[in-house]
Amino acid sequence: MASLDIPKVDLTTRRKSRFFERLIMAVLIGCSLVAIAVTIAIVLSLLFEALRFFEKVPVTEFLFGLEWSPQTAIRSDQIGAAGKFGAIPLITGTLLISAIAMMVATPIGLASAVYLAEFAGPKTRSIVKPLLEMLAGVPTVVYGFFAALIIAPLIRNTGGSLGLEVASESALAAGLVMGVMIMPLISSLSDDVINSVPQSLRDASLGMGATHAETIKKVVLPAALPGIAGSLLLAVSTAIGETMIVVMAAGLSANFTANPLEAVTTVTVQIVALLTGDQEFDSAKTLSAFALGLLLFVATLILNVIALKIVKHYREQYD
Amino acid sequence: MTDPFGAQQIGLKKRHAAERRFIWGGRLAITSALGFLLAMTITIGWFAVGALTQTDIRLPVNLGPEAIDPQYLRGADYGKIVKDALKAEFPEVTKRGERRKLYGLLSPDAGFELQLKVTSDPALLGSTHEIWFLASDEIDQLIKGKVDVSLDESQRRITDQELGWVDHLEAQGNLRRTFNARFFTSGDSREPELAGILGALVGSALSLTVCFLICFPVGVFAAIYLEEFAKKNRISEIIEVNINNLAAVPSIVFGLLGLAILLNVFGLPRSSPLVGGMVLALMTLPAIIIAARAALGAVPPSVREAALGLGASRIETTFHHVVPLAMPGMLTGAIVGMARALGETAPLLMIGMVAFIVDVPNSIVKPATALPVQIFLWADSPERAFLEKTSAAIIVLLLFLVLMNLAAIILRRKYERRF
Repeated sequence: MASLDIPKVDLTTRRKSRFFERLIMAVLIGCSLVAIAVTIAIVLSLLFEALRFFEKVPVTEFLFGLEWSPQTAIRSDQIGAAGKFGAIPLITGTLLISAIAMMVATPIGLASAVYLAEFAGPKTRSIVKPLLEMLAGVPTVVYGFFAALIIAPLIRNTGGSLGLEVASESALAAGLVMGVMIMPLISSLSDDVINSVPQSLRDASLGMGATHAETIKKVVLPAALPGIAGSLLLAVSTAIGETMIVVMAAGLSANFTANPLEAVTTVTVQIVALLTGDQEFDSAKTLSAFALGLLLFVATLILNVIALKIVKHYREQYD
Repeated sequence: MTDPFGAQQIGLKKRHAAERRFIWGGRLAITSALGFLLAMTITIGWFAVGALTQTDIRLPVNLGPEAIDPQYLRGADYGKIVKDALKAEFPEVTKRGERRKLYGLLSPDAGFELQLKVTSDPALLGSTHEIWFLASDEIDQLIKGKVDVSLDESQRRITDQELGWVDHLEAQGNLRRTFNARFFTSGDSREPELAGILGALVGSALSLTVCFLICFPVGVFAAIYLEEFAKKNRISEIIEVNINNLAAVPSIVFGLLGLAILLNVFGLPRSSPLVGGMVLALMTLPAIIIAARAALGAVPPSVREAALGLGASRIETTFHHVVPLAMPGMLTGAIVGMARALGETAPLLMIGMVAFIVDVPNSIVKPATALPVQIFLWADSPERAFLEKTSAAIIVLLLFLVLMNLAAIILRRKYERRF
């Protein structure tokens, strides 16, 4: 009769492997703490450099000043030696471009999300969704190039033929292209949100005789509203933090204006302008980039926290 | 007699019309978005075609012993030899300014090109040979039809005299367009006709390698801990919220982090793919963790229970059974994350990868640039000839992105298992 081989369990190797397992566990925990370490590093580095900046320029001037002309004096008796570090024109410029972008992206993004979620067949979906993902995957430097090369001159010429004065680097051009860039984000997030509205709500409305479009407008969209709001907030945060499109298509002139045909500058453009090229690390000029970075980080963080909370809360509601 | 349903019929018609408008609105939105994508790719592709070819000019060059000493090849003035060849071709040009314009027909590198040819093939020495030289970017643009010759002479950069020379060369068959291999084999240059993307490509490849080596293991380990081992408590919740928020931080902030900590505190080499890769890794990490967690979550609990039931420890269960099953999903997420990192520009600007670098980088601590940064730099250049180079670099970048995403899709299709 064949005997059954029962492997002997060697307890010492077992104990050794237990030590090894603890080691692995420590590595795993360490890796998951990296994410927190990165956040802390971001906050500390921005805060530290920004505080050095605020030693030279008061916080109030930075937050409420209406004029931005960053420069450091080479000689103390130079004209305009102090430099002006009022961030308001940058903030309004950022908001103006983001607002234009949202005006483009919201209707297009929502309409395509509704169409894809409610009307499109599986075949259309399987073609259109990857194409929209491609649109989302185009590097922003490409959008920036296209905006500067084609869209800005197009707007300038159209405006010119209508008798309007359009700056060659208008806020409108940057905003329009940025709108196309964030549109897939709105569309895909809203698509998910609309899909997670329970079918029973639709069935009830259709059963009462409402058309498909009426069901969507009166039942599905209101039910999905918090989630859609969350996706729009995430889109705003992306628009505010977007860099390359505005660096290439918006200007450097810090105009305090709400006219989309004028050139404005944004927080991100100024960070890039201040930190590329020659720099000495102690000047108020270079340090101001970190104050702007801190501003940007805090603003986007607040938007993200709210947006993610809304989206999460909303998911739980229907799960 | 009145139709009792008449009013409803009219109302229904209106409502159905509204329905149709609604659907068409959706179609219009999608069409306009995809139309933009199409218009953008076609426009850029159209510009990019020009970069595939270059213009060459053929000149009879005297390589006799009076010009080059066969014993001492390096001692010869190759620039002067080329200039003499041009002078011989157009003897009527005698004024200084005109001569300078004449020399401008060829790329400033023509002398160096000749030296390379002669050194690699000494049989050329001793007599006069017909040799093809690279034309300058302005002549190249002219030949490609990018210069509007119908404009008044004062409005264009190419004079009538230069047009005459080009016509003369063309009539004699001394002008040709060839495939521009240099674009794919050389580094950056101030001269558009000499500029290539190899340096930027290698820089991108080095940065992405560093990025992958850091963020894939760290991201996967973090995901394994959070998905397989972490208890549901405050700390794991904080980590989770933190990862989600980190994923939405603007990329330029990661650049500031790299500048303040990696460069200024740790003193790592500025402009290097090492720092670039590290910054990209920090930026990509949240996306990798999220994708890896989704992949681990898709492995059914029965796999874990079976392994545990046979006496495997939890670590053994995870690493011998769960992780291999989740690997395709995790790799797919990693490839998509790498594709994003490849297209990222802003954080690299912060750590100085915008420097003008001619040499193809060969180390991760030497200054380098990356493909999207190269696009940014060329897009900023005033020379018109850089337009087609920029567009071609964009097309190359987009091709790489499409390839990476295709690889991710194929990987997903091939190895994805539904449990």
